[in-house]
Amino acid sequence: MKRLLLLALTTALCLPCALPTLAADKTDTTPNPAVTDTSEARQLREQIQQMRRAFDAQLQALERRLADVESRQAHNAPAATEPSPQPVATAANAFNPQIGVVLSGTYSNLSQDPDDYRLQGFMPGGDETGPGSRSFSLGESEITLSANIDPDFYGQITLSVEADDSIGVEEAFVRTTSLPDGLIATGGRFFSNIGYLNTQHAHNWDFTDTPLVYQALFGGQYSTEGARLSWLAPLDQFVELGVELGNGYSFPGNDVDKNGVNATTFFASTGGDIGDSGSWKALLSYLHTHATQRDYDDIDSTGANVTNAFSGDSDTWGAGIVYKWAPNGNMLDTNLTLQGEYFYRNDDGSLMYDVFNQSGGPAWGPYHAAQSGWYFQSVYQFMPRWRVGARYDQLYADTRNISPALNSADFSLLDGYNPNRSTLMIDFSPSEFSRFRLQFANDNSQPDHTDHQIFLQYIMSLGAHGTHPF
Amino acid sequence: MKKSWLLLTASLLSSMALPAEAALKVLACEPEWASLTTELGGEWVDVSSATTAQQDPHRIQARPSLIAKTRNADLLVCTGLGLEAGWLPLLLQQSGNPRIQAGQPGYLSAGDAVPRLEIPTRLDRSAGDVHAAGNPHIQQDPRNIARVAEVLAKRLAVLDPQHAALYQHRYADFMARWNAAIKRWNTQAAPLQGMAVVSYHKDMEYLIHWLGMNKIGTLESGPGLEPSSAHLSALVQLLQQQPAKLILRTPYQNERASLWLEERSTARAVMPPFTVGGTPEATDLFSLFDDTLARLLGAAQ
Repeated sequence: MKRLLLLALTTALCLPCALPTLAADKTDTTPNPAVTDTSEARQLREQIQQMRRAFDAQLQALERRLADVESRQAHNAPAATEPSPQPVATAANAFNPQIGVVLSGTYSNLSQDPDDYRLQGFMPGGDETGPGSRSFSLGESEITLSANIDPDFYGQITLSVEADDSIGVEEAFVRTTSLPDGLIATGGRFFSNIGYLNTQHAHNWDFTDTPLVYQALFGGQYSTEGARLSWLAPLDQFVELGVELGNGYSFPGNDVDKNGVNATTFFASTGGDIGDSGSWKALLSYLHTHATQRDYDDIDSTGANVTNAFSGDSDTWGAGIVYKWAPNGNMLDTNLTLQGEYFYRNDDGSLMYDVFNQSGGPAWGPYHAAQSGWYFQSVYQFMPRWRVGARYDQLYADTRNISPALNSADFSLLDGYNPNRSTLMIDFSPSEFSRFRLQFANDNSQPDHTDHQIFLQYIMSLGAHGTHPF
Repeated sequence: MKKSWLLLTASLLSSMALPAEAALKVLACEPEWASLTTELGGEWVDVSSATTAQQDPHRIQARPSLIAKTRNADLLVCTGLGLEAGWLPLLLQQSGNPRIQAGQPGYLSAGDAVPRLEIPTRLDRSAGDVHAAGNPHIQQDPRNIARVAEVLAKRLAVLDPQHAALYQHRYADFMARWNAAIKRWNTQAAPLQGMAVVSYHKDMEYLIHWLGMNKIGTLESGPGLEPSSAHLSALVQLLQQQPAKLILRTPYQNERASLWLEERSTARAVMPPFTVGGTPEATDLFSLFDDTLARLLGAAQ
């Protein structure tokens, strides 16, 4: 468009300047004998000469520009060495934040009804548990806006399309950029550093869904509203320590309607390189949170639908390790990622049966449960653009103590079981900004049947250049 | 007992005194800037490079080791121009180091110091991974090295004023040797003038521009898009009408596509070092260009 405009402008400018040049030539070659060689005539002649020289120079310059523009168009290549024409910063939108959009969609084929999905032995933790809906869905499409706020702060907000078609605020935080000595403070809503995978947005996942242990213990991903302070040690070795103070509204906590800090996370991570080809990171974490009347639906011993509730302390310990390898550290052709995480949760409090008196309740008594789980996954890029991955999930929900004051048969969802899942995926990335994925999973999250799951997914990123967190 | 206390105190004092005398910690995003910083800073700088010549600087992981290095750096020397867009922002964010954030004296973008080629007139990713600020692979034109040397020498003096005169002296010395070398390279490279070449990615533009070579095409169908068979066969046809002499690739690019095209054309595949460490011969900036010319001239015979 710009080039066309320039071309038109050049042509338009050339016409009037070419005409006087011709006219000047004419006057010069046919001198008028009637004009005597007075000083006035000489002056006029000099002026004409000057004008002609100026016009000639102008014409040549324009011709050069025209040739330049034409050759550029012919090669369809952008401009050469001249400094770029600096666009004049226009008013307000020059300071618009960076916008990154991820369009993602999934086609799911599930052998079991997703409405009946449950992780046997675990109280459900929100709607991000399970394989999602059947057929086509928008998945985790999201919009991220980010920018520096002033010399001291950076801000970011990520909005995503939720399962129920509403728009949710995944993260909205401000972060310091000018604290000294490796200190970084973050405030707002953010994904907690409780686990390696927890801080990553859905489009960075290597599989369509989160590991079962994340679904069981955090309802998918653990986000918190509050503040984080982290510190990087002044060492050659990467050592990061941090603490998060939150409102504790997210599962396994809930809205406890209390002032002060309702959830606390501590985390420590370290990592380094193994030669030029390998690098690793290990993470330890601890989360203390609290639930008050955190209710969930279950079926009691009479077969009636009831709502039960848990109140009490919930402590989670986590450990994870990631190893990445690429020949000479060059990710271009082949690379490999191995990653595993383990979490253990201790719930201590009381359990209430039939909160809403649907089946003769309520009744309550002490409750204690120790649950854990792990996953291990490996993703290998075997040639440019193509990756294959395998993942195994294992959960343990066999240690629970329901008070004799309650009938444990009234809590069918908490019946001890060790769910597991095996997943295979292959993905293809036409460019750095697009990816297609095919994933198969055998999900044994319930004792009586296996859910055979097939996902076909696209993930496309547009706008601001995405980053690839380690 | 007394003696050991004295020793302890002395060692404590000396360790406390160390920072004042310690070398400026410089993290270069690419090996060429690490070499240049060593040329200009000598023993007064402690330099490391975030990448090696065997790694594609577009695709680097913001690894823990790099975050630790960024945290401790006094100066970051990077190409900029979007080359490190996938990982440098993460390093800056996670480093907790205010001295090396963009806009601070501790952040030097080498690309800002040189005239850029290929500033796109149309910004659209349908053309691949387009760099809005122009082609970022600036290091293969020795005149660009000289331009970056000037701003880098000044920056070292700003960050470490104690040794400003020293940096100025080293800069003058480097430039004298560098200008002499450029003269020599220009003479050596005369046979390459006007030579038709093909490159893998649009990463040889500054070399081609400096040597006055003539680029016919790239193995990639667009920047960051892997060579496709359709595009390669079109390239074979093009080379039949417009024969090229050389097929250029970097050390981190797979040789398959280059060799495939070499078999189907009269052009020779050649791998210049691209940056310091790209070949065993390219051990510093001088040998980088010596070896680049040696390999191009050798293959062009």
